Amino acid sequence: MSRPVQARRLEGVDKNIWVEFVKLAATYSTVNLGQGFPDFPPPDFLKEAFTRALSGEKHMLHQYTRAFGHPPLVKILAQLFGKLLGRELDPMTNVMVTVGAYQALFCCFQAFVDEGDEVIIIEPFFDCYEPMVKMAGGTPVFIPLRPQSVEAANADWQLDPAELASKFSERTKAIVLNSPNNPLGKVFSREELELIADLCVKHDALCISDEVYEWLVYDGKEHVRIASLRGMWDRTVSIGSAGKTFSVTGWKVGWTVGPNRLLQHLRTMHQNSVYHCATAAQEVVAQGFQREFERYGKPDSYFVQLPKEMQQKRDQLVQSLVAVGMKPIIPEGTYFLVADISEFKSDVPDVPNSDEPYDSRFAKWMVKNKGLAAIPLSAFYCGPHKNNYNSFIRFCFAKEEATLKAADDILQKWKLEKTTP
Amino acid sequence: FRVEFTKVAADPSIVNLGQGLPDISPPSYVKEELANVAAVDRLNQYTRGFGHPSLVKALSQVYERVCGRKIDPLTDILVTVGGYGSLFSTIQALIEEGDEVIIIEPFYDCYEPMVKMAGAKPVFIPLRNKNDGNCASSADWVLDPGELAKKFNSKTKAIILNTPHNPIGKVFTREELQVIADLCIKHDTLCISDEVYEWLVYKGKKHIKIATLPGMWERTITIGSAGKTYSVTGWKLGWSIGPQNLIKHLQVVHQNTLYTCPTPLQEALARAFWIDYKRMDDPDCYFYSLSRELESKRDRMAQLLREVGLKPVIPDGGYFMIADVSTLNVDLSDVDGNQPYDYKFVKWMIKSKKLSAIPLSAFCGPETKGQFEKYIRFCFIKVNVLETINMGSMVKKGSCQKTTWWLVFF
Repeated sequence: MSRPVQARRLEGVDKNIWVEFVKLAATYSTVNLGQGFPDFPPPDFLKEAFTRALSGEKHMLHQYTRAFGHPPLVKILAQLFGKLLGRELDPMTNVMVTVGAYQALFCCFQAFVDEGDEVIIIEPFFDCYEPMVKMAGGTPVFIPLRPQSVEAANADWQLDPAELASKFSERTKAIVLNSPNNPLGKVFSREELELIADLCVKHDALCISDEVYEWLVYDGKEHVRIASLRGMWDRTVSIGSAGKTFSVTGWKVGWTVGPNRLLQHLRTMHQNSVYHCATAAQEVVAQGFQREFERYGKPDSYFVQLPKEMQQKRDQLVQSLVAVGMKPIIPEGTYFLVADISEFKSDVPDVPNSDEPYDSRFAKWMVKNKGLAAIPLSAFYCGPHKNNYNSFIRFCFAKEEATLKAADDILQKWKLEKTTP
Repeated sequence: FRVEFTKVAADPSIVNLGQGLPDISPPSYVKEELANVAAVDRLNQYTRGFGHPSLVKALSQVYERVCGRKIDPLTDILVTVGGYGSLFSTIQALIEEGDEVIIIEPFYDCYEPMVKMAGAKPVFIPLRNKNDGNCASSADWVLDPGELAKKFNSKTKAIILNTPHNPIGKVFTREELQVIADLCIKHDTLCISDEVYEWLVYKGKKHIKIATLPGMWERTITIGSAGKTYSVTGWKLGWSIGPQNLIKHLQVVHQNTLYTCPTPLQEALARAFWIDYKRMDDPDCYFYSLSRELESKRDRMAQLLREVGLKPVIPDGGYFMIADVSTLNVDLSDVDGNQPYDYKFVKWMIKSKKLSAIPLSAFCGPETKGQFEKYIRFCFIKVNVLETINMGSMVKKGSCQKTTWWLVFF
């Protein structure tokens, strides 16, 4: 064939940081704080539910269920999110289950974005937003979160309101919001969300709200759901993830919640791409949610216990990093934190005119030589901006005690090597 | 159509012979392996995006044996969300605006919208019944080689092949595949080969992979399905197998659509595959035993359909059977709508006989509805219905309705 065999929509979306870094971690790492998944088990109640479901004679668990979501799951999601959003939700039309939040994002971009549309993406961003917008034929428009001071030690980086307003145009189809934010760990405040909401309403733009870390919020901060703000329900799709909610990233169960006028298009996209999601995991996640709904706000709720445990792990990792001279940015949410590794730059000399951002080279060197895997922050910036914050790396702290201790050992040893002549 | 008929068929008072949903149980070791996997903590987290290592390894071993060629588990295979997900990834990866894609009618209904969604133009060619006699077989439905050749041109990017075929159950012969292969090679066209029913082939027939014909491996994506192989449609795992230079583009689509498939299911499937791989020389291998089990159900269903005056087309493969319903001459003037005959017939059948099936014109392009509208599709991978009818029993709840339907025609 004289022209390429592949479709043009694949142009510019073939590179993927995870394919490379996951392989590196698998090959070299002894301590993997890179890819975002827990290395501790899922909660007992969920494992028990899974075992129970499989040992029963319900063989329909192994056959197709309802394409847009297993009935028990969409029912409980409608109940829970109805309560959280303060409105009555119809499980059949206001909720759709997807293969992880990832596929929910894909359905949103495919359903709503066309050639000529612009989509605003806030940097740093979960890296799939950009290629997904491009694959749908849209144009990503970037706006950065900026640290409020040079020495800012917390994740309260902010958008400049005037700058944000300038990014909206009549071509703006949607803005992608991710709160709590991966990789930074920022939790957008109500005021910040109102700012975004006002602009969406003013420009009649949609909001694709990635809230997969909605339960992982620390220091008493509140996760505010943008769909609950005035004027927003009708133009927002909220995305959630069982993987992050219940520490089962490998189950790949996600969902979208929104008005029927938007979900109907997600259903069209879904029925023409995967059609059904696997049944068994949906059944068990439904049971998990049922349990949590009954315990909502109570001390033994997993949604209360998990963030408590994560906060401790966060503090433990922060301590480790500070002790060795890496400067962590304290996250308000998610199970990621970003640290400034400037003190360690001498280990990895700069290569001027290199195509590869410094932090990426640093992270690769670190996993190969120290066995510690982390992800360069530049992975979360668009091409032209990859060098804006290139001395930061992202660590995942959803790890067992032993793993965090092992990371600490590596860091301590490393520091010692640097100070010992 | 499927969403419409599925809703109706979710009514438990209706006997659903429409949707392809087995109500036989998957083999016990498949369920056991999933239960074993559930106990392993790390298998609840992300695995390799393009396919869980133990699964792609198992698939490469099984298919190396079947195809007689080396298959690299990491570069030649992509694991997807069902055969459906493989079709989507393949079409999104390789088809675009300006392309034409040949679709053989009747076709599994998602081919057309997927091709359109990729911006391409579907070009239809019908299978034609060369024998209208009483002993109709799926083998009687054939492509006209001259007609097929005319459908190929410089814009033809791919042809979608489905063998064993849904809904007719045709198993394409080597000669028939060669005709298609020759045209693909002549016009430098890709072949998307949907072989999800590859193991469901009945006595006397052999499933042949078009990718094994000379000149075809490098231009073919072959699609398989755990749901159909192990009677676990609810696991939604499938795979695409082909040359690296094509599969790599499917992998790009995959990494931008859902990234990974569920881990526990992939691990359990890998273990099930190892069990059957080790006994591929043994007739008890599930790949062969399932089709033996289904053959008797096929024959039973054909007999029942004949007894009520319908004319079944005996399938050589798959678990669907089509039947000509025009011979019954049912009065459908009450059924509303400007719809093809078979749609009206099925609506009437659901309402008055509490039995559902799928109208064949749902599987055709607009031009050929007239050709196919006297047929409806039944699914026979249903143990309960057929055993109930077998026993002629009126004891079980709901069986009365089923038996009544059959009695109406005696």
